[in-house]
Amino acid sequence: MFILDNPTLRPVALGLTAIGALAGLVGTFAVVRRQSLQGDAISHAALPGVALAFMLGGRSPLMIVLGAACTGWLAMTAVKGITGRSRIPFDTALAGALAVFFGFGLVLMTYLRKLNEILSTRPPDGFLEEWLQPHARDATRHGLEKYLFGQAAFLEDADVTTIVGLGSAILILVTLFWKQLKLASFDRDFAASLGFPMRALELLMTSLIVCTVVLGLQFVGVVLMSALLVAPVVTARQWVDRLGPLCLLAGVFGGAAGFAGAVLGHQRSGLPAGPVVVLSVTALVILSILFAPRLGLVWGLFRKRVSA
Amino acid sequence: MTYQLEVILVLASVGAACAVPGVFLVLRRVALVADAISHVLLFGIVLAYFVTRDLGSPWLFFGATASGVLTVALVELLRRSDRVAEDAAIGLVFPALFAIGTLLASLFLRSTHLDVDSVLLGFAEFSPTDRLEWFDYLPRAVVVLLALFVVEVGLVVLFFKELKLATFDAALASTFGFAPMLLHYGLMTMTSLTAVAAFDAVGPVVVVALLVVPAATAYLLTDRLSTMIALSVGFGVLGGVLGTLLALALNTNIAGTVASVVGVQFGVVFLIAPRQGLIAQAFRSWRHRREFPERMLAIHLHQHEGTPAEAEESRLAGLHRHLHWLPAEVLRVVRRAARHGLVEQRGECVVVTAAGRDLARESLGV
Repeated sequence: MFILDNPTLRPVALGLTAIGALAGLVGTFAVVRRQSLQGDAISHAALPGVALAFMLGGRSPLMIVLGAACTGWLAMTAVKGITGRSRIPFDTALAGALAVFFGFGLVLMTYLRKLNEILSTRPPDGFLEEWLQPHARDATRHGLEKYLFGQAAFLEDADVTTIVGLGSAILILVTLFWKQLKLASFDRDFAASLGFPMRALELLMTSLIVCTVVLGLQFVGVVLMSALLVAPVVTARQWVDRLGPLCLLAGVFGGAAGFAGAVLGHQRSGLPAGPVVVLSVTALVILSILFAPRLGLVWGLFRKRVSA
Repeated sequence: MTYQLEVILVLASVGAACAVPGVFLVLRRVALVADAISHVLLFGIVLAYFVTRDLGSPWLFFGATASGVLTVALVELLRRSDRVAEDAAIGLVFPALFAIGTLLASLFLRSTHLDVDSVLLGFAEFSPTDRLEWFDYLPRAVVVLLALFVVEVGLVVLFFKELKLATFDAALASTFGFAPMLLHYGLMTMTSLTAVAAFDAVGPVVVVALLVVPAATAYLLTDRLSTMIALSVGFGVLGGVLGTLLALALNTNIAGTVASVVGVQFGVVFLIAPRQGLIAQAFRSWRHRREFPERMLAIHLHQHEGTPAEAEESRLAGLHRHLHWLPAEVLRVVRRAARHGLVEQRGECVVVTAAGRDLARESLGV
């Protein structure tokens, strides 16, 4: 296949496909629980974690992913604590946590930049610069942009291995706890009455989403990560009713959108892959809402006219 | 006026202007729509720039506001189709519009100075340099935001009854003939306008913090809508002032510091709020745990009072068998109940007092 032969396109296409598939699969649990924007909150809340990882001297991508996961996870715990112990509604807690964590992240980022300026007498450390300012050619672009938009074009074979490895681990966890996750998603009280450890299960669900988000974050960015967790699931939901097929189909749609984004972005240089992925998945959603076999809105119009 | 005072004023007016619509966002459970709006403003700015080709044009302001309202309309359209839940609809719309905005910007505006960093971070630091031509006593942001705040307060005062009804009982409001959708769009237009006006100073994400968090903080302290609005404005202004002072002292990003301070404010109030705070909750449950055995003791003694078995049932040494408690626990509870005047010890027996009898009757509902 021509794509797998092209050494620059291959990791991008494979990586985006894997992230899209994983996000579709894991996002299903957020969407069916009416908490679609969890991913959005986690990806914003990851910013202070990224900064903290640098401050504590983490230079490896793994440290950064860990830092991002820590604060993302902390934000979700705070949301859970606030909604559980006060009358603050879930959406307010989520939006508040997202913005406050992000704001704190901005403070840390500014501090880091200042630190860098102070330390600029010595030769740049390299990694921080590389991570914060990947578009060194394009001087107006700064580090935050990478975090916000991602940089799929910089995916390498090693990254693909990491994504596929961690993705398989997530897949195994989902398969192992399938029954419990399903029950907890649809009937929390019944599951609790059967004696399932609900706290642990919800922790597992949150952790799965956190892992997926931080894994994809550096390649597709904050906003696009939010889209990848929601749109494939909504698309798949137009076609199937059952959770199992929903998960699989959402994975397939997510993967397809990732692949399409990578290939389209590659064919016209200068087209950033992230937005293209989002727009492909949005196109899938619109087509499905209009034309899905049973639920399609167009058939509804048609039926109405026939019966009239 | 000094530079620092002016920056403080800018952030205080951002806090005030955001706090009013924020209350309704929290109460009507549409906080995440505000998040979506703030993300989409960039799309509106880019589109308006395509038309005007002028970064200083006021049309950018209107374009951004309109894009916020467009987001709300699209979310509503998707929700009405019954194919998508509201939260998922939000998660579909704003990334799509954001992606279009980014794509257009990166395809056609490469040469333009539309600095993503400043758009996203907000530059409160530079806001004092931006003045209106016909009124240069204050920074432009302060004038715009204070005017907006006055309009908001005016609207709330004018439509207080309607807003209150529509917020707490939407069904009743619509049977009275108030259009709930009109109110929804009115609120969202206001939110959009506020977000756009605050955008330059604090950037899109911190706007969300100032919209949602002071209102949520106020929600922990009161049950009255008017009090909640006042408290929310208070927390917004306080957060803006404290955050700016802290940021100026530490020489760091102002918008981010303000967001962090508002978050800390919420945390503190969440801990110490008189009725809903964590400490108050813990104290209440501790008191319940202590009172419950005393109540049980009073009920037990009251039930057997005046019956032939009274002597046996109220013997201190035998109480642990009747109540199924540990003997040591019985002694502790009797001592505490005696101190609270619920029971008295007479010889070997424990007798319920008048106060104890009342408590027992009240607990049994007789």
